[in-house]
Amino acid sequence: MSRAPGALVRVRGLHYSAGRREIFAGVDLDFPRGSVTAVMGPSGSGKTTLLRLITGQARADRGLVEFDGRDVAGLSRSELFGMRRRMGMLFQNGALLTDFDVYENIAFPLREHTRLPERLVRHLVLTKLQAVGLRGAARLMPAELSGGMARRVALARAIVMDPELLIYDEPFVGLDPISLGVVLRLIRRLNDTLGVTSIVVSHDVREITAVADYCHLLSDGRIIASGAPLEVASADRDDVRQFMHGLPDGPVPFHYPAPDYAEQVRQVL
Amino acid sequence: MAAPILRELVDSVEGALSALGAYTLFAGRLAAETPRALLRFRLVVEQVHNAGALSLVIIMMSGLFVGMVLGLQGFDLLERFGSEESLGSAAALGLLKELGPVMTALLFAGRAGTALASELGLMRATDQLAAIEMMAVDPVRRVVMPRFLGGIISMPLLAAVFSMIGLYGAQLVGVQLMGVDQGQFWSQMRGAVEFNDVMEGALKSVVFGVACSLVAVYEGYHSVPTAEGVGRATTRTVVISSVSILLLDYMLTAVML
Repeated sequence: MSRAPGALVRVRGLHYSAGRREIFAGVDLDFPRGSVTAVMGPSGSGKTTLLRLITGQARADRGLVEFDGRDVAGLSRSELFGMRRRMGMLFQNGALLTDFDVYENIAFPLREHTRLPERLVRHLVLTKLQAVGLRGAARLMPAELSGGMARRVALARAIVMDPELLIYDEPFVGLDPISLGVVLRLIRRLNDTLGVTSIVVSHDVREITAVADYCHLLSDGRIIASGAPLEVASADRDDVRQFMHGLPDGPVPFHYPAPDYAEQVRQVL
Repeated sequence: MAAPILRELVDSVEGALSALGAYTLFAGRLAAETPRALLRFRLVVEQVHNAGALSLVIIMMSGLFVGMVLGLQGFDLLERFGSEESLGSAAALGLLKELGPVMTALLFAGRAGTALASELGLMRATDQLAAIEMMAVDPVRRVVMPRFLGGIISMPLLAAVFSMIGLYGAQLVGVQLMGVDQGQFWSQMRGAVEFNDVMEGALKSVVFGVACSLVAVYEGYHSVPTAEGVGRATTRTVVISSVSILLLDYMLTAVML
């Protein structure tokens, strides 16, 4: 695997709107090769949209999204599929195919893209299952798995084609502390042992600071802080501090915009 | 007063036309994918099982009852003209040309069409389709096409089973219950039914198969990824399929008569 220095994914001057709502207003980001980079931000700040732009599921209004030096928006459909074969993505709920058992879910990309003999497919699937600690669950159906197990199976499926980039969309949501610890450790271990580049999108500050090398904080369509997690946590901007320390009031107000309270109460009477 | 009504009318016509356009584009895409999908026939066979074999019981039961009613009503009507021996030909023509294809298609839309739409809708809502796309696999090619073709293949087979069981039901009532002569029943039927009649029914059931499967996969694949969206997709599948079947039935009958 190439370990050239620099960024595997580069975003420059990104503008994107959904309908009338502006989601990105000039975002610049780098995702260095071989590192775990986190993108954090409050709900609705466009984290998942950013992943859709990187994976070519959506196109930027303006600006550049590059994967390994190539503009994602300029790729043809077959080139886009070629690029996605170099990526693995873990969806929020695992997104396992409910018709197939665990084994077949992991074998799915191999069966679709290769003509490997069954013995080799079995070997690869069991290796990946061993890596996530679920070799014994190979014949369970997705409905029989807990949330944490489903995410680990999805992770095994994401790495079965040996991708260069692993993308995690909110990987910690709804996990119990043990599963959360397992997923955290897996993100770090897979990144280091497989030599991949990882992008983690999350709003779980404590988990991110434990696993990420770099983090970017998104708010109101812009990056408001970037750097090592501890640097970002100690930044002295009010909006950054409010998010990183979970303060209920600050630049993001506790109250949704409303008319004057006393006046409204009087009106009702 | 008239302006808002006119505006609404223009909007609904515009909406209907754009939906028709979207349907046509999707149908074109499915048609273009068909040769390649047929190469992976095992996936299609799995869907023939899901859409066809799993609908068999409901089709057979309905066929039996429709045939029995046909036997009763047919006998009552024909007896007035003293020609109850013609029951066999009347029941066979009615079943093969009209009731078989139409009833099967309506039942298919309710049983297999809704199952297809809700399955695809749930796959959309739970990110399974997005995950397939992220694994560099085209979901239309891998997921939609086998289901579409499975539906098309199942429909004529189910319609044939429906007509066959229906004929048995008509015979059961007409011959066993009402006392029509067994030999007359079958020989009149064989004399009256021509090859073209059978083909007319077969053609109808293929056309209905295409319509029902297209509606189900389109509505499911394009459903809003929420629980409400999946519910709406299933309802739309039944409504649009049923109306299309009846409309197409009239058009095909008018052309082929």
